[in-house]
Amino acid sequence: MNRKIKKATTHVIQNEGLIFEKSSPGKKGYKLPELDVPEVNPSQVLGNAARADLGNMPEVSEIEIIRHFTRISTWNYGVDTGLYPLGSCTMKYNPRINEIVARLDGLANAHPYQPEKVSQGALLILQALRKALMEICGMEAITLQPAAGAHGELTGILLVRAYLQSQGNPRKKILIPDSAHGTNPATAAIAGYEVENLKSNAHGMVDIPSLEAQMNEDVAALMVTNPNTVGLFEQEIHKVAEIVHRKGGLVYMDGANMNALVGKVRPGDFGIDVMHLNLHKTFSTPHGGGGPGSGPVACKKIMEPFLPIPVVVTKKDGTLGFDYDRPQSIGRVRAFYGNFGMHVRALAYIMANGRDGLVQTTEDAVLNANYIRKKLDGVYELPYSTPSMHEVVFSDHKQTAKGIKTGDIAKRLIDYGFHPYTVSFPMIVHGALMIEPTESESLEEMDLFIDAMKNIAEECENTPEVVLSAPHTTRIGRLDETRAARQPILRWKPQAQSAKGD
Amino acid sequence: MAYPADLKYTKEHEWIKVEGDTGIIGITDHAQKALGDIVFVELPKPGATLTQGKSLGTVESVKAVSDIYAPASGTVTEVNQELNTAPEKVNADPHGAWMLKVKLSNPGEVKNLLSAADYEKFVAEEDGH
Repeated sequence: MNRKIKKATTHVIQNEGLIFEKSSPGKKGYKLPELDVPEVNPSQVLGNAARADLGNMPEVSEIEIIRHFTRISTWNYGVDTGLYPLGSCTMKYNPRINEIVARLDGLANAHPYQPEKVSQGALLILQALRKALMEICGMEAITLQPAAGAHGELTGILLVRAYLQSQGNPRKKILIPDSAHGTNPATAAIAGYEVENLKSNAHGMVDIPSLEAQMNEDVAALMVTNPNTVGLFEQEIHKVAEIVHRKGGLVYMDGANMNALVGKVRPGDFGIDVMHLNLHKTFSTPHGGGGPGSGPVACKKIMEPFLPIPVVVTKKDGTLGFDYDRPQSIGRVRAFYGNFGMHVRALAYIMANGRDGLVQTTEDAVLNANYIRKKLDGVYELPYSTPSMHEVVFSDHKQTAKGIKTGDIAKRLIDYGFHPYTVSFPMIVHGALMIEPTESESLEEMDLFIDAMKNIAEECENTPEVVLSAPHTTRIGRLDETRAARQPILRWKPQAQSAKGD
Repeated sequence: MAYPADLKYTKEHEWIKVEGDTGIIGITDHAQKALGDIVFVELPKPGATLTQGKSLGTVESVKAVSDIYAPASGTVTEVNQELNTAPEKVNADPHGAWMLKVKLSNPGEVKNLLSAADYEKFVAEEDGH
């Protein structure tokens, strides 16, 4: 046993095949009562629409199903089992109070079509969340509909287009810094804009002279992430906004990194016109497979007429209701009112923390990232000397001399009992290791992580082959990612069973 | 790998070989190294028009999807179909695995591009960053 690996040890974990492979014909996990109504022949009623062959449905007993999924669940690694340092993804803890509130009978079982008069509680939650988020962002209008961040981006850029169109010209281009999330250019393209790349300067920030040169009356908006994807605050964001505004453009902010700003500074105050939030990042609702996400879009008053319908309003009699009569609206972007369950959780998080709590959360997130930065500075190379916000980006420059890249270090980190950090992003840093601890982590957990990262750096020097062939303690060793991408097998087929070992 | 002197290079890491009014386009050794294992190359169809400096397609590796920028303007006459099934050729022989053949609309444009020596210097500076 490697005594340097403190967090993880080996443990018996059972093998588990696919549920389809466990199937045997006729096996059932249920018993139906005797039929007490006249039997109907489905093909007589449904004609050709009746299916006799249900395809390859697994037939297993109840305990086999329970064991199958329980075993698989023990293979998992989540934020509930340890540090999940994916930079840019903000994998923070999902407080249990959120879950308790979201499961209240009147909320969990509310129907989107129940009359407004029996939905006042749910409407009040939407209204309270809108108010809180507008206050946090320094914005004057908001929609809670978008289903996640990229969807929020698209909604935001459609608002930009609608506004500029109403001024007579939707314009042609969107400027996007080279450090941006990949979803930004995709959003701009889908909204019908041409994408123009904006270079970062030597400090990892928007390059002001380039912006000045590229900004003109053809540019609809600049999409900027602040703090940017290198984890740095755009120190000249006022100036950036001013340059864009002077030529009649708007500034969109990707709010994925808003957890570094909440309670400290408001985008609406530093020149942002429209932005999205990721409730599943900054506001602690579940992320990834635990989702769905939620990506509210907040904006300035000038874009309010274009918000998606419906909008929650206070009616003349003082009750809350939905306003659908908004002729300039860009239309619906999501069924009903968005992912309401996430709105409940986000509001629970905001109210449980309160103003002081949210400020503390932001400070802790930034402190934790800088703690890791300080402890690993010198062990891994820091490409930028500018102070970090909520995440820190290193490069594998020191390790590449031994032929070891960021992806290898990440694989070795698995052996130490941690989920890898974000590998090779942002693209402007060659061989990036992007680490975001969030405010959730204790000093003890971070020290274990730092210890693991230092040990791996030593291994890179002394026993590089251990790192290059990692992971060693997982169920399955290193996968051939290239072959998986070049020759993907996208679905399991029954024939594959007989051709095993192929 | 040495950068062949008969090619011209862009700062976005494409190369072009000019033969009369035909340009042959690919990506550089530096580009394939930075991208890692290439798994997919998406190229325009014959007949498509290219504008110098604008994206003509994408190259996808296990790490990322990146734009390929046109080193010169023109009309696509031929696409290297082999890369559909064997994208790894770009890794193995970047300066041999051409992507497009183009009828150049303005052969003079190529003068703006870098020579092998200048490109090598540019790459060394970028790596030093």
